[in-house]
Amino acid sequence: MASLDDLKKRISSVKSTQKITKAMKMVAAAKLRRAQENAEKGRPYSEKMNNIILNLSSGISDQENAPKLLTGTGEEKTHLCVVMTSDRGLCGGFNTNIIKKAKQYFQKILKENKILKIITVGSKGYDQLKRQYKDNIIEKISFKESKNINYFDADKVGKIIIDRFEKKEFDVCAIFYNQFKNVITQIPQEQQIIPLKSNKENETSSGDNYEFEPEEDEILSNLLPKNISTQVFKAMLENSASEQGSRMSAMDNATRNAGEMVDKLTIQYNRSRQAAITKELIEIISGAESL
Amino acid sequence: MSEEFKVEIVNPERSFLLKEDVTEVVIPAFEGEMGILKDHISLISFLKPGIITVYSKSEEDKYFVEDGIVEFKENNLSILTSSIYKISDLDKNKIDQIVKVAEKESSEENIDDQKRYLIDQKIEVLKNLSVN
Repeated sequence: MASLDDLKKRISSVKSTQKITKAMKMVAAAKLRRAQENAEKGRPYSEKMNNIILNLSSGISDQENAPKLLTGTGEEKTHLCVVMTSDRGLCGGFNTNIIKKAKQYFQKILKENKILKIITVGSKGYDQLKRQYKDNIIEKISFKESKNINYFDADKVGKIIIDRFEKKEFDVCAIFYNQFKNVITQIPQEQQIIPLKSNKENETSSGDNYEFEPEEDEILSNLLPKNISTQVFKAMLENSASEQGSRMSAMDNATRNAGEMVDKLTIQYNRSRQAAITKELIEIISGAESL
Repeated sequence: MSEEFKVEIVNPERSFLLKEDVTEVVIPAFEGEMGILKDHISLISFLKPGIITVYSKSEEDKYFVEDGIVEFKENNLSILTSSIYKISDLDKNKIDQIVKVAEKESSEENIDDQKRYLIDQKIEVLKNLSVN
Protein backbone atom coordinates (compact mmCIF):
# COMPACT_ATOMS: atom_id res chain seq x y z
CA MET A 1 0.00 0.00 0.00
CA ALA A 2 1.23 3.43 -0.88
CA SER A 3 2.54 5.48 1.96
CA LEU A 4 0.74 8.56 3.18
CA ASP A 5 3.27 10.84 1.57
CA ASP A 6 2.90 9.19 -1.83
CA LEU A 7 -0.84 9.52 -1.68
CA LYS A 8 -0.59 13.18 -0.80
CA LYS A 9 1.66 13.79 -3.77
CA ARG A 10 -0.68 12.00 -6.12
CA ILE A 11 -3.66 13.95 -4.92
CA SER A 12 -1.97 17.25 -5.48
CA SER A 13 -0.74 16.24 -8.92
CA VAL A 14 -4.21 15.15 -9.99
CA LYS A 15 -5.59 18.40 -8.66
CA SER A 16 -3.22 20.49 -10.70
CA THR A 17 -3.98 18.48 -13.80
CA GLN A 18 -7.61 19.15 -13.14
CA LYS A 19 -6.89 22.85 -13.01
CA ILE A 20 -5.26 22.72 -16.42
CA THR A 21 -8.07 20.77 -18.06
CA LYS A 22 -10.60 23.12 -16.51
CA ALA A 23 -8.80 26.14 -17.92
CA MET A 24 -8.52 24.49 -21.32
CA LYS A 25 -12.20 23.80 -21.29
CA MET A 26 -12.99 27.43 -20.59
CA VAL A 27 -10.69 28.61 -23.35
CA ALA A 28 -12.18 26.12 -25.78
CA ALA A 29 -15.67 27.26 -24.85
CA ALA A 30 -14.82 30.87 -25.57
CA LYS A 31 -13.13 29.99 -28.82
CA LEU A 32 -15.96 27.70 -29.81
CA ARG A 33 -18.45 30.52 -29.69
CA ARG A 34 -16.37 32.58 -32.03
CA ALA A 35 -15.62 29.70 -34.36
CA GLN A 36 -19.26 28.80 -34.50
CA GLU A 37 -20.20 32.36 -35.34
CA ASN A 38 -17.62 32.43 -38.09
CA ALA A 39 -18.86 29.16 -39.51
CA GLU A 40 -22.38 30.48 -39.61
CA LYS A 41 -21.34 33.75 -41.16
CA GLY A 42 -19.37 31.96 -43.82
CA ARG A 43 -22.26 29.83 -44.93
CA PRO A 44 -24.10 32.30 -47.19
CA TYR A 45 -21.07 32.73 -49.39
CA SER A 46 -20.55 29.08 -50.13
CA GLU A 47 -24.26 28.50 -50.52
CA LYS A 48 -24.62 31.33 -53.01
CA MET A 49 -21.56 30.17 -54.84
CA ASN A 50 -23.02 26.70 -55.12
CA ASN A 51 -26.31 28.05 -56.40
CA ILE A 52 -24.69 30.13 -59.08
CA ILE A 53 -22.61 27.23 -60.26
CA LEU A 54 -25.65 24.99 -60.35
CA ASN A 55 -27.53 27.54 -62.40
CA LEU A 56 -24.59 27.91 -64.70
CA SER A 57 -23.88 24.25 -65.20
CA SER A 58 -27.50 23.50 -65.96
CA GLY A 59 -27.35 26.18 -68.61
CA ILE A 60 -24.30 24.78 -70.30
CA SER A 61 -25.22 23.18 -73.56
CA ASP A 62 -21.94 21.87 -74.78
CA GLN A 63 -20.94 19.12 -72.37
CA GLU A 64 -17.87 18.20 -74.40
CA ASN A 65 -16.15 21.49 -73.97
CA ALA A 66 -17.22 22.09 -70.41
CA PRO A 67 -14.40 22.91 -68.06
CA LYS A 68 -12.54 19.88 -66.77
CA LEU A 69 -12.97 21.01 -63.19
CA LEU A 70 -16.68 20.45 -63.56
CA THR A 71 -16.85 17.24 -65.52
CA GLY A 72 -13.56 15.63 -64.60
CA THR A 73 -10.88 14.24 -66.83
CA GLY A 74 -12.98 11.31 -67.89
CA GLU A 75 -10.82 8.94 -65.91
CA GLU A 76 -10.77 7.87 -62.32
CA LYS A 77 -7.27 6.60 -62.05
CA THR A 78 -5.58 8.86 -59.56
CA HIS A 79 -7.27 10.11 -56.43
CA LEU A 80 -6.13 13.07 -54.43
CA CYS A 81 -7.30 13.23 -50.85
CA VAL A 82 -7.01 16.40 -48.86
CA VAL A 83 -7.19 15.50 -45.19
CA MET A 84 -7.92 18.46 -42.98
CA THR A 85 -7.05 18.13 -39.33
CA SER A 86 -6.05 20.42 -36.51
CA ASP A 87 -2.61 21.62 -35.52
CA ARG A 88 -3.11 20.98 -31.85
CA GLY A 89 -3.92 17.88 -29.91
CA LEU A 90 -5.93 17.27 -26.75
CA CYS A 91 -9.21 17.48 -28.55
CA GLY A 92 -10.68 14.05 -28.01
CA GLY A 93 -11.48 11.98 -31.03
CA PHE A 94 -11.49 14.92 -33.39
CA ASN A 95 -8.44 14.04 -35.45
CA THR A 96 -8.82 10.32 -35.07
CA ASN A 97 -12.31 10.43 -36.50
CA ILE A 98 -11.21 12.23 -39.63
CA ILE A 99 -8.27 9.90 -40.08
CA LYS A 100 -10.47 6.86 -39.63
CA LYS A 101 -12.85 8.08 -42.29
CA ALA A 102 -9.98 8.92 -44.60
CA LYS A 103 -8.31 5.56 -44.10
CA GLN A 104 -11.48 3.73 -45.08
CA TYR A 105 -11.49 5.70 -48.29
CA PHE A 106 -7.78 5.06 -48.87
CA GLN A 107 -8.24 1.34 -48.48
CA LYS A 108 -11.12 1.31 -50.90
CA ILE A 109 -9.03 3.12 -53.48
CA LEU A 110 -5.96 0.98 -53.03
CA LYS A 111 -8.07 -2.14 -53.30
CA GLU A 112 -9.28 -0.96 -56.68
CA ASN A 113 -5.67 -0.56 -57.74
CA LYS A 114 -5.91 3.13 -58.18
CA ILE A 115 -3.23 5.61 -57.36
CA LEU A 116 -3.56 7.46 -54.12
CA LYS A 117 -2.10 10.85 -53.35
CA ILE A 118 -2.56 12.66 -50.09
CA ILE A 119 -2.26 16.25 -49.02
CA THR A 120 -2.51 16.85 -45.30
CA VAL A 121 -3.65 20.15 -43.90
CA GLY A 122 -2.80 20.49 -40.23
CA SER A 123 0.11 18.79 -38.55
CA LYS A 124 -1.84 16.26 -36.51
CA GLY A 125 -3.13 14.55 -39.60
CA TYR A 126 0.36 14.24 -40.98
CA ASP A 127 1.59 12.73 -37.72
CA GLN A 128 -1.06 10.07 -37.80
CA LEU A 129 -0.81 9.23 -41.46
CA LYS A 130 2.93 9.30 -42.03
CA ARG A 131 3.52 5.88 -40.58
CA GLN A 132 1.23 4.03 -42.92
CA TYR A 133 1.01 6.24 -45.96
CA LYS A 134 4.33 8.04 -46.03
CA ASP A 135 4.90 7.43 -49.73
CA ASN A 136 1.46 8.67 -50.66
CA ILE A 137 1.73 12.03 -48.98
CA ILE A 138 2.79 14.52 -51.58
CA GLU A 139 2.42 17.67 -49.58
CA LYS A 140 1.77 18.80 -46.05
CA ILE A 141 0.38 22.16 -45.19
CA SER A 142 0.07 23.69 -41.80
CA PHE A 143 -1.29 27.02 -40.70
CA LYS A 144 0.14 27.04 -37.24
CA GLU A 145 1.19 30.64 -37.56
CA SER A 146 -2.13 32.16 -38.55
CA LYS A 147 -4.27 32.77 -35.54
CA ASN A 148 -7.62 32.91 -37.24
CA ILE A 149 -9.05 30.99 -40.09
CA ASN A 150 -8.91 33.28 -43.06
CA TYR A 151 -9.83 33.02 -46.67
CA PHE A 152 -6.29 33.74 -47.74
CA ASP A 153 -5.08 30.43 -46.31
CA ALA A 154 -7.93 28.54 -47.90
CA ASP A 155 -7.12 30.16 -51.20
CA LYS A 156 -3.56 28.90 -50.91
CA VAL A 157 -4.76 25.34 -50.47
CA GLY A 158 -7.19 25.80 -53.33
CA LYS A 159 -4.45 27.05 -55.61
CA ILE A 160 -2.25 24.09 -54.78
CA ILE A 161 -5.06 21.72 -55.65
CA ILE A 162 -5.81 23.47 -58.92
CA ASP A 163 -2.16 23.70 -59.87
CA ARG A 164 -1.78 19.98 -59.48
CA PHE A 165 -4.98 19.35 -61.35
CA GLU A 166 -3.80 21.40 -64.27
CA LYS A 167 -0.58 19.43 -64.33
CA LYS A 168 -2.80 16.36 -64.63
CA GLU A 169 -1.50 14.86 -61.44
CA PHE A 170 -4.87 13.49 -60.41
CA ASP A 171 -8.38 12.88 -61.69
CA VAL A 172 -10.55 12.97 -58.62
CA CYS A 173 -10.19 15.08 -55.53
CA ALA A 174 -11.94 14.67 -52.20
CA ILE A 175 -11.58 16.60 -48.99
CA PHE A 176 -12.01 15.20 -45.50
CA TYR A 177 -13.12 17.32 -42.60
CA ASN A 178 -15.38 17.30 -39.58
CA GLN A 179 -18.73 18.91 -39.93
CA PHE A 180 -19.88 20.72 -36.85
CA LYS A 181 -23.27 19.60 -35.68
CA ASN A 182 -23.17 20.51 -32.04
CA VAL A 183 -20.71 20.50 -29.19
CA ILE A 184 -20.91 16.77 -28.64
CA THR A 185 -21.39 15.63 -32.20
CA GLN A 186 -19.08 16.21 -35.09
CA ILE A 187 -19.55 14.25 -38.24
CA PRO A 188 -16.53 13.31 -40.32
CA GLN A 189 -17.27 14.23 -43.89
CA GLU A 190 -15.94 13.17 -47.23
CA GLN A 191 -16.66 15.64 -49.99
CA GLN A 192 -15.70 15.30 -53.58
CA ILE A 193 -14.76 18.61 -55.11
CA ILE A 194 -13.27 17.59 -58.45
CA PRO A 195 -15.18 16.76 -60.54
CA LEU A 196 -17.99 18.66 -58.96
CA LYS A 197 -20.72 16.40 -57.79
CA SER A 198 -24.08 18.06 -57.72
CA ASN A 199 -25.83 15.86 -55.25
CA LYS A 200 -28.82 18.15 -55.19
CA GLU A 201 -30.72 16.86 -58.12
CA ASN A 202 -33.97 18.11 -56.76
CA GLU A 203 -32.58 21.61 -56.81
CA THR A 204 -34.94 24.09 -58.34
CA SER A 205 -32.61 25.15 -61.08
CA SER A 206 -35.49 26.51 -63.03
CA GLY A 207 -33.35 26.91 -66.09
CA ASP A 208 -33.90 30.61 -65.90
CA ASN A 209 -32.86 32.59 -68.88
CA TYR A 210 -29.87 34.28 -67.48
CA GLU A 211 -28.00 36.92 -69.28
CA PHE A 212 -24.36 36.00 -69.17
CA GLU A 213 -21.55 38.39 -69.50
CA PRO A 214 -19.03 37.17 -70.63
CA GLU A 215 -19.95 33.71 -72.02
CA GLU A 216 -21.07 30.88 -69.78
CA ASP A 217 -17.96 28.84 -70.33
CA GLU A 218 -15.73 31.69 -69.45
CA ILE A 219 -17.62 32.45 -66.30
CA LEU A 220 -17.58 28.82 -65.30
CA SER A 221 -13.90 28.36 -65.88
CA ASN A 222 -13.26 31.40 -63.75
CA LEU A 223 -15.72 30.46 -61.10
CA LEU A 224 -14.77 26.85 -60.53
CA PRO A 225 -11.32 27.51 -59.11
CA LYS A 226 -12.89 30.01 -56.77
CA ASN A 227 -15.43 27.45 -55.74
CA ILE A 228 -12.68 25.05 -54.74
CA SER A 229 -11.13 27.64 -52.48
CA THR A 230 -14.56 28.35 -51.08
CA GLN A 231 -15.21 24.71 -50.34
CA VAL A 232 -11.83 24.42 -48.65
CA PHE A 233 -12.60 27.51 -46.66
CA LYS A 234 -15.94 26.14 -45.61
CA ALA A 235 -14.28 22.93 -44.53
CA MET A 236 -11.73 24.89 -42.52
CA LEU A 237 -14.43 26.85 -40.74
CA GLU A 238 -16.42 23.73 -39.93
CA ASN A 239 -13.26 22.05 -38.80
CA SER A 240 -12.28 24.80 -36.44
CA ALA A 241 -15.69 24.89 -34.82
CA SER A 242 -15.61 21.11 -34.50
CA GLU A 243 -12.13 21.17 -33.05
CA GLN A 244 -13.09 23.57 -30.31
CA GLY A 245 -16.31 21.70 -29.59
CA SER A 246 -14.49 18.42 -29.43
CA ARG A 247 -11.81 19.86 -27.19
CA MET A 248 -14.40 21.35 -24.91
CA SER A 249 -16.20 18.08 -24.31
CA ALA A 250 -12.93 16.18 -24.01
CA MET A 251 -11.66 18.61 -21.40
CA ASP A 252 -14.99 18.53 -19.61
CA ASN A 253 -14.69 14.77 -19.33
CA ALA A 254 -11.10 15.03 -18.18
CA THR A 255 -12.04 17.50 -15.48
CA ARG A 256 -14.79 15.25 -14.23
CA ASN A 257 -12.55 12.20 -14.23
CA ALA A 258 -9.90 14.07 -12.32
CA GLY A 259 -12.51 15.06 -9.75
CA GLU A 260 -13.56 11.45 -9.28
CA MET A 261 -9.96 10.44 -8.93
CA VAL A 262 -9.31 13.08 -6.30
CA ASP A 263 -12.31 11.85 -4.32
CA LYS A 264 -11.15 8.25 -4.46
CA LEU A 265 -7.61 9.12 -3.50
CA THR A 266 -8.76 11.32 -0.63
CA ILE A 267 -10.81 8.49 0.83
CA GLN A 268 -7.86 6.17 0.51
CA TYR A 269 -5.62 8.73 2.12
CA ASN A 270 -7.97 9.25 5.06
CA ARG A 271 -8.39 5.52 5.58
CA SER A 272 -4.70 4.84 5.69
CA ARG A 273 -4.14 7.80 7.98
CA GLN A 274 -6.79 6.41 10.32
CA ALA A 275 -5.25 2.96 10.13
CA ALA A 276 -1.88 4.35 11.04
CA ILE A 277 -3.32 6.17 14.06
CA THR A 278 -5.19 3.07 15.22
CA LYS A 279 -2.06 1.01 14.88
CA GLU A 280 -0.08 3.46 16.97
CA LEU A 281 -2.81 3.55 19.63
CA ILE A 282 -2.86 -0.23 19.85
CA GLU A 283 0.88 -0.25 20.26
CA ILE A 284 0.75 2.34 23.06
CA ILE A 285 -2.09 0.58 24.89
CA SER A 286 -0.60 -2.87 24.65
CA GLY A 287 2.73 -1.41 25.75
CA ALA A 288 1.06 0.16 28.79
CA GLU A 289 -0.78 -3.06 29.65
CA SER A 290 2.36 -5.14 29.65
CA LEU A 291 3.88 -3.01 32.35
CA MET B 1 -44.55 52.48 -56.98
CA SER B 2 -41.82 50.73 -55.22
CA GLU B 3 -38.70 50.93 -57.29
CA GLU B 4 -36.57 49.26 -54.72
CA PHE B 5 -34.85 45.91 -54.68
CA LYS B 6 -32.63 43.94 -52.41
CA VAL B 7 -28.86 43.80 -52.55
CA GLU B 8 -26.63 41.46 -50.62
CA ILE B 9 -22.88 41.60 -50.64
CA VAL B 10 -21.12 38.62 -49.10
CA ASN B 11 -17.48 37.83 -48.68
CA PRO B 12 -16.17 34.50 -47.47
CA GLU B 13 -15.97 35.59 -43.86
CA ARG B 14 -19.40 37.09 -43.43
CA SER B 15 -22.31 38.85 -45.01
CA PHE B 16 -20.85 42.22 -45.75
CA LEU B 17 -23.93 44.24 -46.58
CA LEU B 18 -27.64 43.60 -46.77
CA LYS B 19 -29.93 46.32 -47.96
CA GLU B 20 -33.57 46.11 -48.93
CA ASP B 21 -34.25 49.60 -50.16
CA VAL B 22 -31.85 50.03 -53.01
CA THR B 23 -32.88 51.92 -56.11
CA GLU B 24 -29.82 51.42 -58.27
CA VAL B 25 -26.50 49.64 -58.13
CA VAL B 26 -23.64 50.39 -60.46
CA ILE B 27 -21.15 47.57 -60.79
CA PRO B 28 -17.83 47.35 -62.60
CA ALA B 29 -18.75 44.34 -64.71
CA PHE B 30 -16.17 42.56 -66.76
CA GLU B 31 -17.14 44.18 -70.01
CA GLY B 32 -17.83 47.63 -68.70
CA GLU B 33 -19.72 49.43 -66.00
CA MET B 34 -23.29 48.39 -65.61
CA GLY B 35 -26.17 49.97 -63.79
CA ILE B 36 -28.80 47.67 -62.39
CA LEU B 37 -32.34 48.83 -61.70
CA LYS B 38 -35.37 46.96 -60.49
CA ASP B 39 -36.70 44.22 -62.78
CA HIS B 40 -33.43 43.81 -64.60
CA ILE B 41 -33.19 40.56 -66.53
CA SER B 42 -31.60 37.65 -64.64
CA LEU B 43 -27.91 38.06 -64.94
CA ILE B 44 -24.65 36.44 -64.00
CA SER B 45 -21.46 38.34 -64.50
CA PHE B 46 -17.96 38.95 -63.26
CA LEU B 47 -16.50 41.97 -61.65
CA LYS B 48 -13.23 43.51 -62.46
CA PRO B 49 -11.48 45.74 -59.95
CA GLY B 50 -13.50 48.87 -59.56
CA ILE B 51 -16.11 50.68 -57.59
CA ILE B 52 -19.57 49.50 -56.67
CA THR B 53 -22.02 52.28 -56.01
CA VAL B 54 -25.19 51.48 -54.14
CA TYR B 55 -27.90 54.10 -54.39
CA SER B 56 -30.82 54.13 -52.03
CA LYS B 57 -33.32 56.91 -51.47
CA SER B 58 -31.44 58.68 -48.80
CA GLU B 59 -27.83 57.94 -49.51
CA GLU B 60 -25.25 56.44 -51.79
CA ASP B 61 -22.45 54.16 -50.68
CA LYS B 62 -19.31 53.38 -52.56
CA TYR B 63 -17.24 50.24 -52.22
CA PHE B 64 -14.02 49.17 -53.79
CA VAL B 65 -13.86 45.54 -54.97
CA GLU B 66 -11.01 43.57 -56.42
CA ASP B 67 -13.00 40.77 -57.95
CA GLY B 68 -16.30 39.05 -57.61
CA ILE B 69 -19.34 37.46 -59.14
CA VAL B 70 -22.72 39.07 -59.52
CA GLU B 71 -26.01 37.30 -59.72
CA PHE B 72 -29.28 39.10 -60.24
CA LYS B 73 -32.46 37.13 -59.97
CA GLU B 74 -36.02 38.05 -59.10
CA ASN B 75 -34.96 41.41 -57.81
CA ASN B 76 -32.29 39.96 -55.58
CA LEU B 77 -28.81 41.13 -56.35
CA SER B 78 -26.07 39.01 -54.82
CA ILE B 79 -22.49 40.05 -55.07
CA LEU B 80 -19.86 37.53 -54.04
CA THR B 81 -16.43 38.94 -53.57
CA SER B 82 -13.30 37.97 -51.71
CA SER B 83 -12.04 41.47 -51.12
CA ILE B 84 -14.19 44.50 -50.62
CA TYR B 85 -13.58 47.78 -48.83
CA LYS B 86 -15.90 50.61 -48.05
CA ILE B 87 -14.39 53.66 -49.63
CA SER B 88 -14.95 55.89 -46.65
CA ASP B 89 -12.93 53.43 -44.59
CA LEU B 90 -9.98 53.55 -46.92
CA ASP B 91 -7.36 56.09 -46.09
CA LYS B 92 -4.31 56.95 -48.08
CA ASN B 93 -2.02 54.55 -46.26
CA LYS B 94 -4.27 51.61 -46.87
CA ILE B 95 -4.63 52.45 -50.54
CA ASP B 96 -0.89 52.79 -50.94
CA GLN B 97 -0.49 49.42 -49.33
CA ILE B 98 -2.85 47.71 -51.74
CA VAL B 99 -1.25 49.48 -54.69
CA LYS B 100 2.14 48.31 -53.59
CA VAL B 101 1.06 44.69 -53.44
CA ALA B 102 -0.59 45.01 -56.84
CA GLU B 103 2.46 46.63 -58.38
CA LYS B 104 4.64 43.87 -57.10
CA GLU B 105 2.31 41.32 -58.63
CA SER B 106 2.29 43.11 -61.94
CA SER B 107 6.07 43.24 -62.10
CA GLU B 108 6.25 39.47 -62.00
CA GLU B 109 7.11 37.82 -65.29
CA ASN B 110 4.91 34.79 -65.49
CA ILE B 111 1.42 36.23 -65.56
CA ASP B 112 -0.86 36.23 -68.54
CA ASP B 113 -2.24 39.28 -70.26
CA GLN B 114 -5.66 39.03 -68.75
CA LYS B 115 -4.29 39.00 -65.25
CA ARG B 116 -1.97 41.87 -66.01
CA TYR B 117 -4.88 43.85 -67.38
CA LEU B 118 -6.84 43.26 -64.20
CA ILE B 119 -3.98 44.29 -62.00
CA ASP B 120 -3.33 47.42 -64.00
CA GLN B 121 -7.00 48.21 -63.77
CA LYS B 122 -6.86 47.84 -60.04
CA ILE B 123 -3.89 50.14 -59.73
CA GLU B 124 -5.55 52.74 -61.89
CA VAL B 125 -8.76 52.72 -59.89
CA LEU B 126 -6.87 52.99 -56.64
CA LYS B 127 -4.71 55.81 -57.86
CA ASN B 128 -7.77 57.72 -58.91
CA LEU B 129 -9.18 57.14 -55.49
CA SER B 130 -6.21 58.47 -53.65
CA VAL B 131 -6.20 61.61 -55.78
CA ASN B 132 -9.78 62.47 -54.88
